[in-house]
Amino acid sequence: MTSDLAIDVRGLTKRFGKKTAVDHVDIAVPSGEVWGFLGPNGSGKTTTIRMLCGLLHPDDGTGTCLGLDVLTQSEAIKRQVGYMTQKFSFWEDLSIRENLEFVARIYELDDRKAKVDHTLERLGLVQRQNQLAGELSGGWKQRMALAACMLHAPKLLLLDEPTAGVDPKARRDFWEEIHALSEEGLTVLVSTHYMDEAERCDRIVYILNGKLIAKGSVAEVIAQSGLTTFVLEGPHVRRLLHTIQSQPGVDYAGFFGAALHVSGRDRAALERIVAPYRHQADVTVSETPPNLEDVFIHLQEQAK
Amino acid sequence: MTRAFSFARVYAILLKEFLQMRRDQITMGMIVGVPLMQLFLFGFAINFNPHALPTVISVDDPGTLARSVVVALENSSYFEIVAQTHSPKDARRMLQEGKALFAVEIPANFTRDIVRGTQPDLLIEVDATDTAASSYAIAAVNGIASTALRDDLKGPLASRAQGPPPFNPVTHLLYNPEQVTQYSIIPGLLAVILTMTMVLMTCLALTRERERGTYENLLAMPASPVEIMLGKIAPNIVIGAIQSAIILLVARFVFDVPMIGSLTLLAVALVIYITANLAVGYTFSTVAENQLQAMQMTMFFLLPAILLSGFAFPFDGMPVWAQWIGEVLPATHFLRIIRGILLKDNGFPEIWPDLWPLILFMFVVMGIALARFRRTLD
Repeated sequence: MTSDLAIDVRGLTKRFGKKTAVDHVDIAVPSGEVWGFLGPNGSGKTTTIRMLCGLLHPDDGTGTCLGLDVLTQSEAIKRQVGYMTQKFSFWEDLSIRENLEFVARIYELDDRKAKVDHTLERLGLVQRQNQLAGELSGGWKQRMALAACMLHAPKLLLLDEPTAGVDPKARRDFWEEIHALSEEGLTVLVSTHYMDEAERCDRIVYILNGKLIAKGSVAEVIAQSGLTTFVLEGPHVRRLLHTIQSQPGVDYAGFFGAALHVSGRDRAALERIVAPYRHQADVTVSETPPNLEDVFIHLQEQAK
Repeated sequence: MTRAFSFARVYAILLKEFLQMRRDQITMGMIVGVPLMQLFLFGFAINFNPHALPTVISVDDPGTLARSVVVALENSSYFEIVAQTHSPKDARRMLQEGKALFAVEIPANFTRDIVRGTQPDLLIEVDATDTAASSYAIAAVNGIASTALRDDLKGPLASRAQGPPPFNPVTHLLYNPEQVTQYSIIPGLLAVILTMTMVLMTCLALTRERERGTYENLLAMPASPVEIMLGKIAPNIVIGAIQSAIILLVARFVFDVPMIGSLTLLAVALVIYITANLAVGYTFSTVAENQLQAMQMTMFFLLPAILLSGFAFPFDGMPVWAQWIGEVLPATHFLRIIRGILLKDNGFPEIWPDLWPLILFMFVVMGIALARFRRTLD
């Protein structure tokens, strides 16, 4: 047991009926770091987060959250963790301020008014504090939710797809806030589908069908994959997808924007496949380091 | 160009509704099952013409004719003698406590006076707080007077069997002498209306949080199940109190319902009754998955409170099994308490037998709610 780990769980497992939603997941997040939690829809991200904050009882596994046992001390964990649900879950018929004051009272905070004022100011919500939460747009709702889960000064933030459906500017602002909080010593575990957000994390974990299959910094995860990626560009590359996809040695082929990415672990085989196109006038072939999306799609394809 | 009205589109919506209904089998099962249960329950339980009403007899006459009258009362099937005493005072106390609806007093020298032909009185005191219960039985008494002694009045007494009845039944209606229906209905309405609104207020307490997705958030915060329950019930007690005050004011000044007992005592009973009903609604909300189910459960609770509590039909007229169901319902006990306080000037000792079941009910239901409450989303 090391005390500098904010999250330290081993073998975390959750079954719903016959389906194993989370299958022996180990996560150890050092205090003060921002970790990204990635994986396709239904892979078990939300279930894992809910087990970490005491909303679901694990069927198997042991571990601690902020030094408290996840199996027996979930009520104590709730007091020190800020959890932002995937779907907006504050009271839409209360104003921003009323929502925050409610949260402050539930956590029995001293200096309630000052803390609410401070939080409103910090997240730029002062102007809108009397608006009903239900009338806010997605970006403001998400900001309010973040304000509400920071109010009791948690040591750990668990954010479940906080930026889903939020515009790019609001996303950027949101991440600046996350980094600012992390500099103050807060530990953050944030689930996301956005690769640019994953790249802003200190470490990422990738979960698929309930199993944790990749872990490390973005560069490490890419390196672990052992992938080579060639990029084919040109006016007619769209037509090439079908032929290239079916070739042995190609683990994955698909478009990123207008460019065709061809990835695989067998570098020699890939070289042979793209070789004929090097001589075509209207196709440019180049090699690129695989990006996270290449890696994740590759991992997902592999699991099929 | 699409048509202004299309059966295909109506059919599309209809089909979608059926698909959604099929996915919600519990609710649909309730919609079929609950009315069926109610049909059997109320069909067998309700009786407009109640028999075997609890009656206490005080006999001060050792004669044989007195015994014949008692037998005749029992044979009429309207009266069931639950106690016999020698003191009219004891009989009156049983009326006051609600243990008997009728107190029949056979005076001293009853037999002698019949033999002499001086037509003695047979005093029948009636608890008229529930006008529906007593009316048929009162009507039966006069018939009994002329036929009860037919077998006894033979030989030298045969002449007494002719002409006017050998004794004179005198009915005293207590607590509501004019038999004003409102006096028994209005206090009963307070009981029924409170059950309806209070259960409705809380039956969505958690269901709404669940449907709006705020439940997860509530659980993620450090509020305990008891705290959540009390916090959700308490504001509705105030609403129930305001509602009761309005109904009581209307009862007093519009319907002229007498209020001769202690209003403070009534207020205490009201708060307990309101809280018990709120607890029922809250328990429903821990079970109901959606608002429709919560409403179904509320109706399931409300109908017996109207039909089996003694509000709409005389309690003593129901079969024993239905009376047992009635005894479980808070409305039954509160109905007795409020009629007792307002019309009979009952004090704490008289209402206690109905107050403790209310308190017990309240705590048991709260216990069920807390046991049902899940602190996790499992």
